[in-house]
Amino acid sequence: MTKKGEKLFIKGNEAISRGAIAAGLKCYFGYPITPQNDIPEYMSAALPAVGGEFVQAESEVAAANMLIGAAAAGARCMTSSSSPGVSLKQEAISYLAGSQLPAVIVNMNRGGPGLGDIGPSQGDYFQATKGGGHGDYRTLVLAPGTCQECYDLVIEAFDLAFKYRNPVMILGDAIVGQMKEPVITRALEERNEEEGTEWRIEGAKDRDHRIIKSLFLTEGSLAGHNLALQAKYDEMAKNTKQELFETEDAELIVVAYGSIGRIVKSTVRKLRAQGHKVGLFRPITLYPFPSEELNKLAKQGKKFLTIEHNLGQMVEDVRLSIRTITDSDFFGFMPGNLPTPDDFEEPILKSLGGK
Amino acid sequence: MSEQEILAFDKADAIVDVPTHYCPGCQHGVAQRLAGELLSEMGLTENTLLVTSIGCSVFLYNYLHVDSVEAPHGRAPAVATGVKRARTDKFVLSYQGDGDLASIGMAEIMHCANRGENISIIFVNNTVYGMTGGQMAPTTLIGQKTTTSPAGRNASKEGLPIRMAEIIGSLGGVAYSARVALNNVKNIRKAKKAMKKAFEVQQKELGFGFIELLATCPTNWRMTPIQANERIENEMIPYFPLGVYKDVTAED
Repeated sequence: MTKKGEKLFIKGNEAISRGAIAAGLKCYFGYPITPQNDIPEYMSAALPAVGGEFVQAESEVAAANMLIGAAAAGARCMTSSSSPGVSLKQEAISYLAGSQLPAVIVNMNRGGPGLGDIGPSQGDYFQATKGGGHGDYRTLVLAPGTCQECYDLVIEAFDLAFKYRNPVMILGDAIVGQMKEPVITRALEERNEEEGTEWRIEGAKDRDHRIIKSLFLTEGSLAGHNLALQAKYDEMAKNTKQELFETEDAELIVVAYGSIGRIVKSTVRKLRAQGHKVGLFRPITLYPFPSEELNKLAKQGKKFLTIEHNLGQMVEDVRLSIRTITDSDFFGFMPGNLPTPDDFEEPILKSLGGK
Repeated sequence: MSEQEILAFDKADAIVDVPTHYCPGCQHGVAQRLAGELLSEMGLTENTLLVTSIGCSVFLYNYLHVDSVEAPHGRAPAVATGVKRARTDKFVLSYQGDGDLASIGMAEIMHCANRGENISIIFVNNTVYGMTGGQMAPTTLIGQKTTTSPAGRNASKEGLPIRMAEIIGSLGGVAYSARVALNNVKNIRKAKKAMKKAFEVQQKELGFGFIELLATCPTNWRMTPIQANERIENEMIPYFPLGVYKDVTAED
C-alpha cells in the first residue's frame, strides 16, 4: 500500500492499480491482454495483501460479469482490458448501466479494428462514449493524459460510479499505460464501506427483498426506467473536466485528449516559442463531453483543429459543440504509429494559416 | 378461517406468497419450492444472496424472499463468483436452465466449478429452451422434435445431449454434483435431500455444489403434465442417469 505523498516513478498502468487500491478497491477481476497486463499482474499480489479479492477470470466476458456480482453486493470493484477485450465486456457494461450498478472499467486502447495491433490508438472513442453495448445508456468516461492523472482519475472514477450508480470507464491507451513518470500518491480518508450502498444486496432481514435487475416487462415500466437513466445522464453533463493550455489569446485551439493531448501540448509549447498563437483544449471527461466550455471558445472567434489517434471520432463531438458558431479542422494520426510533437506541427500551422 | 378449517400446511418463510407465472405441469415451481423450503429449514433465508439467470428461471427473484441480482445469458456462475468474492460471509445460490448453463454459459459454469467457488447452483434440465419458445437445447434428446430441430435432433449434425452432472463431477473444485428428477413424490424427496447436500457443502466451505434436476416443460414438449412426467421416466432418466457424481463428504 502506498503512503501519503510518496513520490514514485511508475508506469500509467501501475498508477491506475495503485490509485484503485487507494480508493478502497475490494475486488478486481481481469484477463490478460496487451498492453494492460501490468494491471492484473500488480493486482494479483497487491490486492490480496490488503484483504481484497483478485480473480483471473476465464475470459473478459466472465471478468465483466463478476463485476456485476461484486457491484451488486456493494463492493468497490474494477476490471481492466484492452480494445478487443473491452468489446467482449460490453454486454456486462450494458447490464451494469441497466441495473444501475457502480463499477470501474479500464480500457488501455490499442489499435483496431479486430485484432489490430498492440500499439497506441484512440479508435475506441465511439465505443466508450456512445454506449458500446446494447440499449440506450451511457458510461462516464475519463481520459488520463499523464501517469499522475491515471492515479488521480481512477480514484475519482470510484466516487463518480457510486455517486451516480453507473459504470465509469478510464480510457487510456498504450502510450499512457506503458510510459513511466513520477506520480505522487495520497492516502485517502477512512471510508465507511457501507455508506452510499443502501441499495445493495446483503440479505433480506426485517424488510422486503431487494432485486437488482434490468428486466422491466410491465407495460410502461421500461420507459420509466429509461427516463430515470436519462435524467441521471443529464445531471452528469453538468460536471465536465478539461484542461485549457494557452487558449486565452490563441487564434487556433487544438482539441485533443489523453496521451495525444499531452503530445500536442509539447507541439503547442514549441509553436508558441516561435510566436504562433495556438492553444490546447484537452477534454478529460469524454462523456459527458465538455461542450459548453468549447462553445465559449467558439464564441470568442477561435478556430479549431481536432487531432486524434484515429481517423475522426471525437471530432464529431467537437463539431456538435461548436456547430452554430464555427467548425473544426481535423487531423487524424494513423493508429499503429506513435506520434511525436513534431508530427503535429505542420497540420497545426496549416490550420492556423487558414489552409 | 372458520372453526372447522385447520391449517395443515404453511408455506416456508423464504417463499413469497404470490402466484407464479409457470405453465400447468411445469416443474420450476417444484424446484423453487424445494429451494425455498431448504433455505427456511436451514435458517439461510436472511443470509442468502440469489443470482437469477434468464428465461423462465429469472422470475425466481419474485418467488423467494431473498435479495437477488439478475445475470446476463449464461453468466450466472460469473456473477455468483463476484457476489461470493465480495461477500464471503453470505450463502450464494444460483439457478439456471439448460440452454443458459450448458450452451451459452458453458465456459462460465466449467470454470466457476473448477475454481471451487463456494456457491450452490441449481440446474434445471428440461431438454428445451422454454421461455424462448421451445428451441433445441444442448440437452435435447436424440430424435426430440423442437422448433429448431423439426425433424428431431440428429446426432451426426447436432451432437449428443450433454450430461452436465457427470462433467461437473469430474472437476477438481467441485464438492458435490448429483442428478435427481422431479417426476414423482419419491424422486422429489430425493431431490430435496440432494439439494440440501449441495447447500451444506457451501456452508462447510468445501467447494462448489451442483444439482441437476430433470424437469418437465409440458408446453414446449406438446404434452399433458402426466405424459411429461412419463417422459422423464421413460426417455430422460435412461439417458441422464440419476445419481451422485461427486461427493467429497463421502470420500473420507
